[in-house]
Amino acid sequence: MTVTTRLRSGETRTAGVAPGRTRRRRVDSLKAFLYVAPALAFSLIFLIVPTLQTAWYSLYDWNGLSAATWAGVQNYIDIVQDEQLRDSFMHVGVLVVFYSFLPIAIALLLTMVISRAHALRGMSFFRTVLFLPQVIASVVIATTWLAIYSPNGLLNTLLRAIGLDSLTHVWLGDFNTALVSVGFVGTWLNVGLCLVLFLSGVGNVQPELFEAARLDGASGLQEFFGITLPALRGQITVALTLTVVSSLKTFDLVYITTRGGPGNSTSVPAFEAYNRAFNSGQVGSAASVAVVLTIGILLITALIGRLQPKDTE
Amino acid sequence: MNGKKRNWTGVIAVSVAVALSLTACAPGSGSGPAASSGPVSKDVAGAGDVTLTVWDQNTDEGITDAQEKLNAEFSAKYPNVKIDRVTQSFADLKTTLKLALSGDNPPDVVQANQGYPDMGAFVQGGLIRSLNDYDGLYDWSSYYPESLLKINSFSADGKTWQGDNLYGISQTGEVVGIYYNKKILTQLGVEAPTSLDELEKDMAAAKAAGILPMAYGDIEKSPGIHLFGVVQAAIAGSDAVNKLVTGAGGAWTDDASVDAAKTIQDWSSKGYITEGANGVSRDDALAQFEAGQSAFYIVGTWKQAAISEAMGDDAGFTTLTPKDADSPVTTGGEGLAWAVTTGSKHPDVAAAYIDFINNADAAKTFIDENSLPSVIPADYTPKPGLETDVFDTYGKVTSSGGLVPYLDYSTPTFYDTLTSAVQQLTDKQVTPEAFTEILQKDYSGFIGSK
Repeated sequence: MTVTTRLRSGETRTAGVAPGRTRRRRVDSLKAFLYVAPALAFSLIFLIVPTLQTAWYSLYDWNGLSAATWAGVQNYIDIVQDEQLRDSFMHVGVLVVFYSFLPIAIALLLTMVISRAHALRGMSFFRTVLFLPQVIASVVIATTWLAIYSPNGLLNTLLRAIGLDSLTHVWLGDFNTALVSVGFVGTWLNVGLCLVLFLSGVGNVQPELFEAARLDGASGLQEFFGITLPALRGQITVALTLTVVSSLKTFDLVYITTRGGPGNSTSVPAFEAYNRAFNSGQVGSAASVAVVLTIGILLITALIGRLQPKDTE
Repeated sequence: MNGKKRNWTGVIAVSVAVALSLTACAPGSGSGPAASSGPVSKDVAGAGDVTLTVWDQNTDEGITDAQEKLNAEFSAKYPNVKIDRVTQSFADLKTTLKLALSGDNPPDVVQANQGYPDMGAFVQGGLIRSLNDYDGLYDWSSYYPESLLKINSFSADGKTWQGDNLYGISQTGEVVGIYYNKKILTQLGVEAPTSLDELEKDMAAAKAAGILPMAYGDIEKSPGIHLFGVVQAAIAGSDAVNKLVTGAGGAWTDDASVDAAKTIQDWSSKGYITEGANGVSRDDALAQFEAGQSAFYIVGTWKQAAISEAMGDDAGFTTLTPKDADSPVTTGGEGLAWAVTTGSKHPDVAAAYIDFINNADAAKTFIDENSLPSVIPADYTPKPGLETDVFDTYGKVTSSGGLVPYLDYSTPTFYDTLTSAVQQLTDKQVTPEAFTEILQKDYSGFIGSK
């Protein structure tokens, strides 16, 4: 690693000294820009400009149809003051636990078990099954879970079958269980993703390390904390980034299963942004929610990136 | 490294400049095509080849068949007109119509929901045109009763509902009422209820007999409007609710609304409505009623065709009369208004089309498909059974002024506010008083800003 760094800086130094090469570099970088231009134009038109437009809208009070009136930062103040909006950000905080922390914990546990049972027959079959939720369209998943959670759905039928009638619930219709129920779908969804990441990470560890540990008489748990977990730091960061971002921008599951209900108990910022922009004619407020959400996602992603071990670049 | 940084600053600067030049003025200003004020005519055949894009939400059983039939008849009468029908559910139409109307290529004819959130916003944005001139040609004013015309009218600035300008006409009549299962009521030995007290007595009898009194599913949130609307109308009476929704006076925290909220919460506690209704879909609840598993079900007359097909003569329809009134009062009005967009290049053809699908002949087509037209032909005698119940009720409430508007017309955000508040009310998350305060907060904010 250190060798490459030294080489790079050496190159820069020589480039600074020779004027001929500078010009050449300029031409090169112009050429490079030409290569990048199509992608740049694309992201300008479809990403950067709309993002800035959204930020601009967020400063107005606008119903989407008539002329807007200047609102300054009022829409942002409302995010803090409006109970419904504030709650939606709280809910997404709960969802992060279910979408991210739980799946990672469960996947680590499974990794610990599975990585010691490499010889298990049909391993690839189980791996496929666990990864399947990632492959299915989210609308299908949400509709399936809607049926599972319905009053006479699979979950309640199961509970009744084993005599736990008292635990049956209208899972998505109850103020106390709706958010957790939606969250659990996310857990189910993301375990497979994390597991596949972690298993590939474990696969990269030299088998000699495990062998040596076993010769030294390390228990399964010691092996896990001593070898597997440190080796997976990079994968955990990736899993964390992917799952946290997916939880923060949750929309489809909520839209299909509860539409933010009952009451507002499962509303999330992405759903609020959609609903305000397209249904209730509060485009400015919707834009401000979107902006705060975007900044939040960027910040959290940057923070998680700090966990990434430097030497795995 | 330095060069890289500078480039990025440049890119950002350029993109900011581009974005600002795109949005140099406040969003929405200068949008909306100017209304054409040229002469209007009834001539369709002379318009040449025209494709009329029509957005509707006539998806309910019976109503969609009637619409298909009318479209085919119109095309047969005027072979030069091709109708491009875009049909979607009410909720989908509500979401997409605003974007379609504000785009460069709006549909010619649309079904606009009445009240401030939709029609009001469209009028304010100059997106649908006043039909006063076509009213002069087709004389809708004498076909429709005044009360129905008023619902489809706004002031020219879109700020006052029931103003002087007509913006649409409606095909179907709508009354939200209580469907009941005749077999179950006979079994219980009770009559169809005509007042809130009678309804509660009947429900108590059903509960005692181990029958679910009222099937109710509210996962989609919108059925809550009807449940609260029916009870509120039966307690507050037509005058008070009308004033409230049109913004002419009163408050949601008034006693009548608090009483209505108390009544509903009470029903929920006593198990009169489906337990855990917030997690039950509207369709599942209806299916439960149709299968004879509940005595009552609250919904509008647009479900007449579906319910009569499923239950035949077992189904009845009733509405409630407030204590000191002599005729029933309930939520209702007319189907969504057929409106002509300002962006339409063929307003003459569009107006002829909406006349064709709304006139007296069209009304007969709707009756044939087991649906309630907005104006029942004078010479028509309804078939005995559910149709008589529905048609008689509609006649009674429209002639006596007993129709109160849908409550979500009240403010642009009232749909969300009310539906989520009703979910909280039935699940006992809020007290009846707190429930009305949630509504009032939204309401006073809007009234204050007008």
